Amino acid sequence: MSIQSSIQNLKSKIKLYWPLTKASQTGLLLATGLAGYMSARCPVFSMPTILGLSGSLFLAIAGSTVLNMWWDRDIDAKMGRTQKRPTSSGQVSEREVLLLGLILSIIGVGWAVAMDALYGLVVFAGLFFDVVVYSMWLKRRTAWSIVWGGISGAMPILAGRVLGLGSIDWIGLTLALGVLFWIPTHTLTFSMKFAKDYADACVPTFPSTYGLGVTRATIAISSVLAALAMVVAGYGIGMAWGFLRLLGVLSAGLLMLAVAITFKPSERVNFGLFKYASVYMLAAMILVVIEVI
Amino acid sequence: MKMTSLDRILLLITAILASYQVAVGIDGFTAFPIIAYTISFGVLLVAGLLLFILGFDVLDSPIVVIISTIIPLSLATGLVWQHLASFRTSYLVFAIIGFLAIGITRSLSMPGKLPTIILAIVHGIAGMTIFLLPIIISIQGQTKPLFSLVGIGGALIGIGGLLLSFLKTGRPILSREIILRVFPGLLLLTTICFVVGFKFG
Repeated sequence: MSIQSSIQNLKSKIKLYWPLTKASQTGLLLATGLAGYMSARCPVFSMPTILGLSGSLFLAIAGSTVLNMWWDRDIDAKMGRTQKRPTSSGQVSEREVLLLGLILSIIGVGWAVAMDALYGLVVFAGLFFDVVVYSMWLKRRTAWSIVWGGISGAMPILAGRVLGLGSIDWIGLTLALGVLFWIPTHTLTFSMKFAKDYADACVPTFPSTYGLGVTRATIAISSVLAALAMVVAGYGIGMAWGFLRLLGVLSAGLLMLAVAITFKPSERVNFGLFKYASVYMLAAMILVVIEVI
Repeated sequence: MKMTSLDRILLLITAILASYQVAVGIDGFTAFPIIAYTISFGVLLVAGLLLFILGFDVLDSPIVVIISTIIPLSLATGLVWQHLASFRTSYLVFAIIGFLAIGITRSLSMPGKLPTIILAIVHGIAGMTIFLLPIIISIQGQTKPLFSLVGIGGALIGIGGLLLSFLKTGRPILSREIILRVFPGLLLLTTICFVVGFKFG
């Protein structure tokens, strides 16, 4: 009976902990890490390395996400979109969330360092920029905090390439730039959609600081730069001409929506760009992986 | 009208097939047909993704008529470039002028039936080219018989284009519900015909 209740207890804990990891966002970042690794043309079917990369990156990304939620629990409680999160609704204790975040992060970074020191350093940099620089230091002070959030988001793809290559090269940095410039397309459309939520929580965003016009122009420019960086990186990797063509077509779709949001803004185009940007990044990562397989 | 899960699955498969065609299906052609087919299948891919993301509401945008002209025009131009060498320049001129004419008449508020007439002429010529040219050259033995599937795909996309165009002009041939119900399946069937026709034709 006690074993059964323990299992039941564990199940309910996992059910509470899982949303803290933001599985879809973590999964997308993990996909960029795997694509970065495979872009290095290393022996991609080395299962221990693939498993190690996936495990360490997943734990480190999930750990930093949990730590962010722990730190932001007060502002999450003020925003309609996030007030039902286990951290802000009081379903999980603060201490428990902090411990979970620390354990996941330490195991993730420790595993990464054990695999390769430089890889571990890049993974740690991603976690540090995300939790300390972005969340703790800048998020409540300046709308420009998203740059640092973007840098941390770009670390998994760089980490993957570093693990495959053993060093940092221009292609890895360009891939990272692609993700860095893609992130504003994603987060700024999000902050426009939930502008009231952020205002209620007193979190400065581009729309509240600079207005919708500047935000839309920023989205358009960052989309152009993201698409450019991904195509240049694809060329640098040695992507086949056909795959580059496809990447170009998908990039053109991203640019078209960016132009539309600048000159004919609407809620629907905003939502379309937000979703398309995710599809674009996932497709770009799949192209890098398919190319190698 | 709300999009069903089946509609989304059909659109996703359409987008994947169009991706295949852009990345692999047109390799080996000369530069101009590759550009023309990349444009047509690229528009099909992005349109499929946007429909998948935004639902049928995206079809209400006035830009749909202009964008949907690109697919038949570029596909027809690519086919002519490959198989009717003597008409290359004249067809390219027609495609450019036709696209500009539709863009202008749809962007500015034109009186009378001129926009509809131009739309019918441009779509008609491009549609007949895509429908007839692959069938004729496959019957003549210049290509394998399965290349005629490209023609059937052309006929299907022509039907889809006509249904949508008349719907947008306010004189629908079928009700909006029926058109939207069959549209994802029609788009997929069209894309399958194009991909199989180019691959095995």
